[in-house]
Amino acid sequence: MSVCRLTSIAVLLAGMLMYGCGKRAESVTLAGSTAFAPFAEKLGSLYMAQTPGVRVAVQGGGSTVGIQAAQQGTAQIGMADLVKLPPEAEGLTAVVVARDGIAVILNPANPVANLTMDQIRGIFCGTLRNWKEVGGKDGAITLVSREAGSGTRASFEQIVGQVKLSAGALVQDSNGSIRETVASDPLAIGYLSHGLVNAKIKAVTVNDQPCTTEAVMADKYALVRPIYLLTKGSLQGAAQSFVAFILSEKGQAQIRQDGLIPAK
Amino acid sequence: MRISGDKIAKYVFLAIACSAIASLLLIALFILLEGLPFILRYGPWKFLSTSDWRPHEGAFGIAPMIISSLWITAGAMLIGAPLGVAGAVFLSEFVPKSVMCIIKPTIELLAGIPSVVYGFIGVMVLAPLIRTNLGGPGLSLLAAAVILGIMVLPTIISISVDAIGAVPNAFREGALALGATRWQAVRMVVLKAARSGIIASIILAMGRAVGETMAVIMVAGNTIRTPHSALEPVRTLTANIAIEMSAATGMHRQALFATGVVLFVVIMILNSLAMAAMRRKGGR
Repeated sequence: MSVCRLTSIAVLLAGMLMYGCGKRAESVTLAGSTAFAPFAEKLGSLYMAQTPGVRVAVQGGGSTVGIQAAQQGTAQIGMADLVKLPPEAEGLTAVVVARDGIAVILNPANPVANLTMDQIRGIFCGTLRNWKEVGGKDGAITLVSREAGSGTRASFEQIVGQVKLSAGALVQDSNGSIRETVASDPLAIGYLSHGLVNAKIKAVTVNDQPCTTEAVMADKYALVRPIYLLTKGSLQGAAQSFVAFILSEKGQAQIRQDGLIPAK
Repeated sequence: MRISGDKIAKYVFLAIACSAIASLLLIALFILLEGLPFILRYGPWKFLSTSDWRPHEGAFGIAPMIISSLWITAGAMLIGAPLGVAGAVFLSEFVPKSVMCIIKPTIELLAGIPSVVYGFIGVMVLAPLIRTNLGGPGLSLLAAAVILGIMVLPTIISISVDAIGAVPNAFREGALALGATRWQAVRMVVLKAARSGIIASIILAMGRAVGETMAVIMVAGNTIRTPHSALEPVRTLTANIAIEMSAATGMHRQALFATGVVLFVVIMILNSLAMAAMRRKGGR
């Protein structure tokens, strides 16, 4: 009796397995940049809706992880949001799928509306310590930066150039906590991905250019970093068509709608 | 039949107990294996005593974080220990049993509040208060010490209440019979008799304060600099590991494990002190 039942269960399982093999969903895995991961997820679900039989899985971990994952093959596609790809990314094929402005943010109570690149450099290096020196009210500047290893920080420091972060800077480990810190401290300055600017903080103009999609598209706003998709060797199958989808008009329109800047 | 059942139960429980110990050993071994080679290569003294932490330039000095961890812990104890011990004395000596049965579980509920919630309250309420009234950026050593001081209260209170409760009633009655007031009896007899248990509770609370991560990351500001005042932002050993681990590779990663080794040693020392204090009580 029980042997009979066991056999029937085994046959059933085997049948399901074979059926599963025949119809197995092709999967695309992405890993890396926490700045792009939410967008990749959204693009992934759009892509899955229009292409049955493909599964897109997105993991975060940061740009460093993205490069590693692509090199080691733990993910088919690595995501990295760096101005300059590090030597570890050598041998990987890099495609720019979007661009992201880095907004320099202040508390809305701060009257300063524009900073030049030199002023930003001075503030983050700790040579300019008072808002008075850049046209604001008297008060010591509270610097807020990201942690070592953050892609946003690496990009910011590379574009601004020669930044050796002042030892007195506060360090927050996410875009969200940077925003909260600047929102609650009237003397704070920080930077974050421009899609995350909201009413609790204000983005200054840099060299008189506002941090908007239009200014970035026109190459006027300077603090912009590319978002790379990295792959080892040439792409095939679903991974290739997913990247093509992201670069297509529909994908780019979605990227723009979500607050990132299209690649071109 | 029954005997073999007993034996089976015994070995099953032995295996379960051993697996708990084994996991502790494995964790210790793993951290040591990952961290010690780095410490030896970089130089233990240089690692512990220099204050330049620039992982991408190969500078790994954790002195400011050790000092910050110790200051935050000391500050938390300064706030938590008097409050906790006073609360325990009040609860066990000056309040009827029925009231204590309500208040003590309530205090122990504090221990169940996730540390991220404490951190959130610290960021939203305490840091702005410090910034507007005392100056500085608000996220500071002081904010972290206050938050941790509150977080360790349940540990101190519940262990101290047990220690005070373990003092035989004859001690109190003897003191009162000799003409001592209630406060004199508590101060001179009960607290003396329960001293080792109270000290153990404070040391255990120190262990918790040193190891706390989430709340500290949120309120301490995480600046890598040796603090000169309580209003300056600081980074602790735990915060350093948690903040940088996700993006660390190579030497940087090993240096974070080495930070873990230092933390592990500090907590081991604190726990052994607590055990020694408890044992003195047991021998009495």
